[in-house]
Amino acid sequence: MPKFVPLGNEALAQGALDAGLSGMYAYPGTPSTEIMEYIQRAPEAAERNVHRRWSANEKTALEAALGMSYAGKRALVGMKSVGLNVAADPFMNAAITGVNGGLLVAVADDPSMHSSQNEQDSRFFGRFALIPTIEPANQQEAYDLAAYAFKLSERHAVPVLVRITTRLAHSRADITRGEALPEKALTLPQHPQQFVLLPAISRRNYARLLDKQREFEAESEASFLNRYEDGPDKRRGILACGIAYNYLMEHYPDGCPHPVLKIGQYPLPTRLVARLVEACDEILVLEEGAPLVEEMLRGYPFEAGTVHGRLDGCLPRAGELNPVLVARALGLDVAEPAFTAPEIVVGRPPQLCNGCPHGDTFRALNEALEQYSKGRVFADIGCYTLGALPPYNAINSCVDMGASVTMAKGAADAGLVPAVAVIGDSTFSHSGMTGLLDAVNANAPITVIIVDNETTAMTGGQETPGNGRFEQIAQGLGVAAEHVRVITPLPRQHAQNVQVIQEELEYDGVSVVIARRECVETARRKRRS
Amino acid sequence: MKYDVILAGVGGQGVLSIATILAVAAVDADLRLRQAEVHGMSQRGGEVQSHLRIADRPIYSDLIPVGGADLLLSMEPMEALRYVSFLKPDGVIVTERTPLININNYPEIDRVIAALEQFPRVVLVDAEGVAREMRATRSSNMVLLGAASAFVPLPGADLEAAIGKVFGRKGESMVAQNVEAFRRGRAIAEGAHAG
Repeated sequence: MPKFVPLGNEALAQGALDAGLSGMYAYPGTPSTEIMEYIQRAPEAAERNVHRRWSANEKTALEAALGMSYAGKRALVGMKSVGLNVAADPFMNAAITGVNGGLLVAVADDPSMHSSQNEQDSRFFGRFALIPTIEPANQQEAYDLAAYAFKLSERHAVPVLVRITTRLAHSRADITRGEALPEKALTLPQHPQQFVLLPAISRRNYARLLDKQREFEAESEASFLNRYEDGPDKRRGILACGIAYNYLMEHYPDGCPHPVLKIGQYPLPTRLVARLVEACDEILVLEEGAPLVEEMLRGYPFEAGTVHGRLDGCLPRAGELNPVLVARALGLDVAEPAFTAPEIVVGRPPQLCNGCPHGDTFRALNEALEQYSKGRVFADIGCYTLGALPPYNAINSCVDMGASVTMAKGAADAGLVPAVAVIGDSTFSHSGMTGLLDAVNANAPITVIIVDNETTAMTGGQETPGNGRFEQIAQGLGVAAEHVRVITPLPRQHAQNVQVIQEELEYDGVSVVIARRECVETARRKRRS
Repeated sequence: MKYDVILAGVGGQGVLSIATILAVAAVDADLRLRQAEVHGMSQRGGEVQSHLRIADRPIYSDLIPVGGADLLLSMEPMEALRYVSFLKPDGVIVTERTPLININNYPEIDRVIAALEQFPRVVLVDAEGVAREMRATRSSNMVLLGAASAFVPLPGADLEAAIGKVFGRKGESMVAQNVEAFRRGRAIAEGAHAG
């Protein structure tokens, strides 16, 4: 077999394909995007016609995957951390319906917020929904987990959450592939009412889910992802979750002198944890993310005790771990680096590309707004969020997918008139349409600028669900045809674009200005291929 | 054997192509590999770094510890300075000499070069100039890789084979051009006495 050196995301995707995957559903988001991109490129996915189109958002993705599971086949959902907030409704309820075909929900968290608005830890969602959660430590485990987790999902008829983090998602390693399994046949659920969450049925399903908790724990005790490695020095025991295990072992390539409990599957294996706690004087908890396990081990009150980690300052409360932070927590000697960056080094923040259409849109918007007071532009998630930085200083918010439209409406409701929303074509498709309907129903005096570069640019140029239909969508939602305007963001169109935006700012109702010009990166890629 | 490389540059410069070639050569030599990449927002003209680790035994961390890198390979001189804390005391810097100035407050280039020249082991390469001379401006990253190859514990022939694999689908002339760029870079480093 040829050598396989995948990113963690790609290992997960290949593992799922080899485990008989019939469909993947996802919305792009860093650091999760490459799971779907890999499946879209994989020849066997094309041969087998594995479903592999992007969904409009994470909620529609998870629901479609649940539908595939209902029909007896194995489905995978992919999203970034905050995507699970969008998909929280089907996620929580899929735990109550349970599954038929195996269902894996793969969520890529982004501690240190390299490309995210927060560093939420999806393991909380696993606990919240009371379902098994898997957290691979390396690329091999990311590959191996799929076959294992599909079986786990089917054995207990529950979805399984797979949590990875940035450094595993985007790091390559050499791994070994296993046997490929066939896809499952179309079969409907045994109990016709399993997926009908009427209260009486929900209560029954929920009681069953609660009953399964002991079985989930027994699975964790026996899982290949959880491992007790004994060590002679019992003054300290180490509980290391996910990739934190690697930062520990980096310092002990020939074996850790302390007992180590490596955790890769939740709920926590109580017996293994008890063994560690009973054997050792103190426990150091290493987690890539929030101090979830640490809080569980400490209990109340959170006073200094025998459990160390992020809560007692042994490790930083926020941000991702690294080998040096872990070395300090272990009390190892960490030499100061031999060199430090000289003071002349300045930051080089990300910026819009040369010739980016968003730059032209922001220049026109800024000029159109000159006659008004500052602070009335609500923006959204995408490359155009960089409009917050110089030289544009053009936007005043970036909160969550779609919030530009709804926050503009709320601010206008409060008297900030006119209020402006700036939202990308993909973000509008994802979560902007329902907010626009609210605004239309209230005849809110807002101007929604859809910066339409005809792609999902930030994550590498994926297709946009609503591409080519934004005029019709805006009008279909009730925006008056004469207030759906299309401009071309180019320097030579500047004066005209300023005028269009000004006219719509003056209109006492909902306007949609579509600033349409293809992303320069997408255009370049098309020219090359 | 264990060899850790920090790759640095600015989003869009092709840092990951260098990483890919090193990775292919390492894996073909049956070595273990970890290579952490940067995706997402910083790729938009911002600072990017990649951690590449090669060893003949299992590698645990995807990230190189501060003070642990054997080689800092940068496509931009100020970006090289940004990551010097990752270098071992006897680590080598191989960097492009020509700055990429896409910010208003870029320091005076003479001061950047002077700061780099103070490091005990540094090779400054005018990779852009070499590539321009070859009429192959997009091969400047292969010039740099060639210069770095004088220090990397992988045979030059293996790296050239990896260039062939990675650029193979773009045609033979592209492979030949990149191999030539690689060789010119290597000759520069071999003449520079940094090691």
